Amino acid sequence: MWKWLHPYAKADRAYQLCNTLLPYFAVITVVCMLVGWVWGLAYAPADYQQKDSYRIIFIHVPSAILSMGAYSSMAIAAVIALVWQLRNAELAVIAIAPVGACVTAIALITGAAWGKPMWGAWWVWDARLTSELILLFLYLGVLSLYHAFEDKKAAGRAASILAIVGVINLPIIHFSVEWWNTLHQGATITKFDTKAIDSSMFWPLMVNIVAFAGFVGTVTLMRLKNEILQREKHRPWVRQLLNRG
Amino acid sequence: MQFDSFSDFIAMGGYGFYVWLSFGTCALILLGILVSSLNDTKRIMASVQQQADREARIQQAKQEQQL
Repeated sequence: MWKWLHPYAKADRAYQLCNTLLPYFAVITVVCMLVGWVWGLAYAPADYQQKDSYRIIFIHVPSAILSMGAYSSMAIAAVIALVWQLRNAELAVIAIAPVGACVTAIALITGAAWGKPMWGAWWVWDARLTSELILLFLYLGVLSLYHAFEDKKAAGRAASILAIVGVINLPIIHFSVEWWNTLHQGATITKFDTKAIDSSMFWPLMVNIVAFAGFVGTVTLMRLKNEILQREKHRPWVRQLLNRG
Repeated sequence: MQFDSFSDFIAMGGYGFYVWLSFGTCALILLGILVSSLNDTKRIMASVQQQADREARIQQAKQEQQL
C-alpha cells in the first residue's frame, strides 16, 4: 500500500516532486498575501479597544503559528531522518530551519512593535515572549550544529536530535499564557466554541495564516531543492538539468 | 475601506509608526530569505556548470594529445 512512497527516497524523484509542488505553493502565497495584507490593513474594521494598532495581528499571529508549525514539521522530518535513515528527511530539516527562524524573528519583532504602544514596553521577560525567543535560538542551534560538522552524515544526525529535543518548547509556548501570569493576551482563535474574534477580523486573519503557511512551504521547497542539488552535484541527473536550461 | 483618505491610512489612527514598522520588517525578512534562496540555486547551478565545462576541457585536451 505504501509502496508508491519508496521512489521519493531517491534524490532525483524528490527533486521532481518539489518542482511539481512549487508553483501551487507560490500561487497560493502570492494571492493570499496580497488579499490578506490589503484586507487586514485597509478593509478590516478597527478594534474597539486597541484601535488600528491591532492590525499587527494580521502578521503577528500567522507568523507565531507558523513558527511553531514549521518547528513541528522540522521535528517530524528529524524523527524520519533518525528512524528510517532517509537522507532527504535530513535535508528537509536543514531546509526548514532558516525559514522557521525567519518566521520566528517576525513574530518577535511584530510582537515588540505591538507591545510598545499597548504595554508601554518593547520587551518584557514574560513567559510567552521568552519561550518564543528560545524557539528562535533552537532554530539557530539546529542550523549552527549542522554547519559545525565537516561530515554531513554526522551533522544531519546531530541537528535532528537537537530538533527533536527542542519539541519540549512547543507546549511551553502554547500553554505559557495559561500556566503563568502574563502580559500577553490569551489565544485569539483556538477557542473555536467561544470565538474571541469577530468574523470581520477572523477571515482576513485566516487568509493571512494561509499566506504564511504558503510562504513557508514555498521557500522550504526551494531550499530543499538547493540542498538536494548541493549534495548530488556530481551525479549525472544534475548535469542533465544544465542542458534543459 | 476603513480610512477616508490616504494620509489617514498611513497614520493608522496614530499608530502608523508601529503598524508600518511591523509590516515593513516582515516584508523585508520574507523578501530577504526568498532572495537568498534564489541566489543559492544560481550559485549551485553555476558551480555545476563550471565543473561540467572543466571536464569538457579536460576531455578535449586528452583527445588533442592522442592526435
